[in-house]
This record gives sequence, C-alpha cells and structure tokens, in this order.
Amino acid sequence: MVRLEPRPEPSRRMMFASPLIAAALMIVTGYVMFALMGREPWQAFHVFFVQPLSSAYGVGEWLLKATPLMLCGVGLALGFRARAWNIGAEGQLTMGAIAGGGVALYFHGVDAAWLLPLILLAGVLGGMAWAAIPAFLRTRFHTSEILVSLMLVYVAQLLLRYLVNGPWKDPAGFNFPQSVMFHDAALLPLLVDGLRVNIAFVIALALLAAAWLFAYRSFAGFRMQVSGLAPAAASYAGFSDKRNVWLALLIGGASAGLAGVGEVAGPLGQLQPSASPGYGFAAIIVAFVGRLHPLGVLLASLLMSLLYLGGETAQLELGLPSSVTGLFQGLLLFYLLAADLFIHFRFKPRAAGSSEAT
Amino acid sequence: MSPELLIAIVASSAAAATPLILAAAGELVAERAGVLNLGQEGMMLAGAIAGFAATVTSGSLALGFVAGMAAGMALALLFGVLALTLQTNQVATGLALTLFGVGLSAFLGRDYVGISLSGLKPLALPLLSDIPVLGPLLFNFDPLVYASLAVLAATHVLLFRTRAGLKLRAVGESPHSAHAIGQPVIGIRYLAVLAGGALSGLGGAYLSLALTPMWVEGMSAGRGWIALALVVFATWKPWRVLLGAYLFGGVTVLQFHGQALGIEVPSEILSMLPYLATVLVLVLICRNPRTILLNQPMSLGQNFFPRG
Repeated sequence: MVRLEPRPEPSRRMMFASPLIAAALMIVTGYVMFALMGREPWQAFHVFFVQPLSSAYGVGEWLLKATPLMLCGVGLALGFRARAWNIGAEGQLTMGAIAGGGVALYFHGVDAAWLLPLILLAGVLGGMAWAAIPAFLRTRFHTSEILVSLMLVYVAQLLLRYLVNGPWKDPAGFNFPQSVMFHDAALLPLLVDGLRVNIAFVIALALLAAAWLFAYRSFAGFRMQVSGLAPAAASYAGFSDKRNVWLALLIGGASAGLAGVGEVAGPLGQLQPSASPGYGFAAIIVAFVGRLHPLGVLLASLLMSLLYLGGETAQLELGLPSSVTGLFQGLLLFYLLAADLFIHFRFKPRAAGSSEAT
Repeated sequence: MSPELLIAIVASSAAAATPLILAAAGELVAERAGVLNLGQEGMMLAGAIAGFAATVTSGSLALGFVAGMAAGMALALLFGVLALTLQTNQVATGLALTLFGVGLSAFLGRDYVGISLSGLKPLALPLLSDIPVLGPLLFNFDPLVYASLAVLAATHVLLFRTRAGLKLRAVGESPHSAHAIGQPVIGIRYLAVLAGGALSGLGGAYLSLALTPMWVEGMSAGRGWIALALVVFATWKPWRVLLGAYLFGGVTVLQFHGQALGIEVPSEILSMLPYLATVLVLVLICRNPRTILLNQPMSLGQNFFPRG
C-alpha cells in the first residue's frame, strides 16, 4: 500500500511537469475514446493535432483562435493570482463585442484612422464596465464575485441576442439575426494576406509581455500576489483587499472585452447572436493550465486553440462530433488538478508491519 | 387576472422552482459538511442527458430519473476523488466539473437532439384536487413537485433532528474537532457530496423529462449556478430554499406569461430577470457581513487532510 504524505515544501519540478502530465493523460484518454468510437486512433490524432497545422492557412486559424484565449486567459490569470474568482469572462467578452460593435455600427461608413482605435477602446471599456459590477458588489456588499460575474454572462448574452434580433438587425439581411457587415475601416488589419489571423494576435502578445512586467516587476502586481498567497500577511502589510479585487476584475474585464471586440471586428466582421464559442470559459482552463503565468498562458492558449481547430477538422474529416472539443478541454483541467496533487504531496510506500495505524 | 391564467402561472412557477429546489437542497447538504461544489451546473446537465437517454431507450420515466441521479452521483464522485481524497482546490475542481459536465453532456447528447418525449404528467391528488379553484391551483402538480417538497423536509429533519445530521454539521463547522473525536471526516464529506450529486442529477433529469421534455445542449441555462446562489440566499437553511426557489420560479415564468399579463417587453429582456434577481438577492443577503458569518459553515471550501 502507499499513502499520501505532505511534502516539506512544494515541488518546483512538479509545478512545471504537471501541465505536461495532464496533456499526456488527455491524449491517452483521447486514444481510448477514438478507439471506442470505432476510429483508428492514430489517424484521428493526425486529423486532430497535425492536419490543422499542415497548411499556412491552418496555422493562421490556429493563431486566430488562440488570440481571444490568450487575452481572456491572461486577464483571468492575473485575477486568480489575487484569488479574485472572475469566472464571467464570457460575459465581459460579449459586452466588449457589443460596445465595440455598437461603435462600429454607429460610425458605419465613416472612413477614418481614428475609428478602429475607438472601436477597440469601446470594447475594452465595455468589458471593464461589465466586470466593474461584480467588483463593486463584492467590495461594497460582500457578494460572491463568482456568482455575480457568472449571472452577468447570461444577461450579456441575452442583451446581444436582443440587439441583433431587434434594433441592430441588418434591415437588408433577410431577417437573419445579425447586424450589417462592418466596413473596412472598422475591421482589424490582417497580418498576412490570405490568412484570417489579424493584428489582435500581436496586441495579445504585447499584453502577455506587459502582464509579465506587471505581475513580476511592479509593486501593484506584488501586492496582488501577496493577497492571494497570504491574505493575512497582505492585510498586515496594509495592502488593500478592495483595491486588489477592483484591479483583478478590471484587468480581467478589459482583456476579455478586447477579446470580444477582436472577434466582431476580426473573423466575424459583424454582430451575431453569439460572439464566441465559449472562449471566456475555456480561458479559465487556459489560466490554470498555464500556471497563472503569462508564458504558460501563451502555451496553454495554443494547445486549447488547437483543440478547437482539431475538433472542427475532425468533424469535417471523420464525422466526429464537434463537442469532443469541450470534453477534451474539461478532461485537461481535471487531469491538471489531479497532477497538481504531486506539487504538495508525494506517495510514500507504507512499510509492511509498521504500527502507524491510528 | 382570470383563474385559468393564475392556475397556469402557479403551475409553471412550481415546475420552474422544482429543479432549483432539488439542486439547492443537494448543494446545501454538501455545504453543511463544509464542501463547496461549484459543479452544480455540470451535474445537472449530466443528469439531464442521462435521464433523457435512459427514458428514450427504455420508455420508462422512472428509469430516467434514476439514471439522472446516478449520473449526478458519478460526477459528484469524481469531484470527491479530486477534492476530498486528492486535496485539490474546491473552487477550481468545481469549475472543472461544470466545464467537464457541459462538454460531456453535449458529447453524449448529440444523438438525442430533436427527439421529444411526452414528459411527466400532473398527478391530481384525490379529493383535494376536486376543490374548486384551490384544487387545480395547489393539488394538481407532477409527482416531482411534491417530491421536491418532501426532499426539503427530509433535508431539514436529517440535518437538525438526527445524530447523523449533527455529525455532518460538526464536520462542516470544525473538521479538526470532528476528526479528533473519531468521526470519519472524509467519509462523511463523501456521503454529503454524493447526496448532493444525486439531487442535482435528479433536478437535471427533471429539466429534460418534465419541464421541457427534450434534450437541448446546455439546457440548464445557469440553473446550477442559481441553485448555488439560493443556498446563500437561504442562509444554509432548507426551508428558506423553498421561499427562494418559488420566488425564482415566479420570475422565470414571467417571460412565458408576460404577453398575457400585458407586459410589452422583448422576451430576451424578460429572460434576463432570473439572473438579475439572483444578483439582487445576493446583494440583499450579503449586504450585512454578519448574516453570512453567523450562518455559513465555518470550514466551507477548505480542504481537510487527516494527519496522524
């Protein structure tokens, strides 16, 4: 028999190894699942993980889908470091899409250089405003930011659905619930002709770097981390809990809002009933798998993006249901949590005949 | 308001409240044992698809509800292995359970989209349902509506009138003291989490077998999260769950009867009401930090590792 024993100090090696273990376990599970569904597993893996990246267009799609995950994920990671559990990034993303899309529709046809920055700014502010609600209610009324931010996801999604079915519907759109297509000046410039990946990817990379500077090189970032790791020490040092909650939620909201406006002013090019296939929720997994570290968020976003892309390819090529993606994503987080056990604990063989029983 | 409309509103409020009562009662038991399981939404969805699939395959509604409970318990067991045995963070594990449940139910449910069932029929209580107006108003619900009330009563009796309930609450308030006097803390927490999973799964099965007898991806639409909020609203007391759930049930059905009541608001805006109401009641309850401090189980969300 073996038993769990707390390690004297957390294992740094396991900190880095556990996301890899989790990814490996996910792949093993995938093998079994593909086999159970009657598919040749190696062929399915090839379709899922290799084929999407075997063309320049595929790589462009990979980076395109990684962009909102990087943005939402890095915002959430900074917040989770301070133990502010903002899980409503999907709603903040949707509000960013609504605010940015609203500006694009208001200035429809205006061909000016200031328009795109204004649209992005509106998206950021929309996401921040939506995140400010749970921040205000938590700091003023002690409500759980988990529940409030999540409830607001549904409200934001319903608002978007109302807008594209009502006031913002394209009058010439054959009654489809969507807005007019944005004009060129309201769209994010593409990085490479022929690929859909746009400048938002570069902005996201820059923000990851900025997040690293903020988290590891600024006093505000230090304060947030201390209040997450040792709340008592933080309050003894006079770090304001309220300021941390506000900061965590506003950063999360701003980056999710940018992700949302990046979708509507990017690949979507218009407002549709839904602004994302759940990037805001997937970003929770990205933040954890990425160890709440900006570089980790980048790698986790690329992995999760590949899962989205692979799911689409597998649907086309093998007729696998696209919902396999969500299943893989959920499994990945489970395996990570289980593997994380070895950061703080280790297995110790129970000596035969020992009188340890209590 | 005509009596017919009133009866329709009461009946649909009760139906909307029932899954919330079941899931909230389950979560309340788990939280009383000190375990915060944010996986309600995932367990409800698992219950919904398992129940629906079992009923479509077997033709038996009863079997569907049993399958829903079993699916909820299976996910709860997964949560238990991670958070109770392997000591993972309860918040993160619960979120993972929800994300996993959403993905798993969508995956398993892909062959069941577009099928519809006849669903659960109302059960008119003999004699009582013959009373004019009051009869159809209060005594003509489907069996699960009555069952949900019985579940709440049983939860109350279990927690506050039995030794087992006393032990469970002791584990939730102070696992270390409970452990010191020889109580199996982890074992009791497992039972509480499994009971919670069974009830959430049952609530989920109610969605796909009675409330809207079909399977739709993500059909719980945040009800698992509302159930979590209801437990806070109820300050961890079973009978107050009833009040909260029927309040939400009433708000939820406004969107269906808004037109009949002469409310000229787009349906999307009316659909926001349950979510906004959740935020509002959370603010009202949490406004005074002492309300929470005095009622919340002391060890809620904290892991317990038995040493020595």
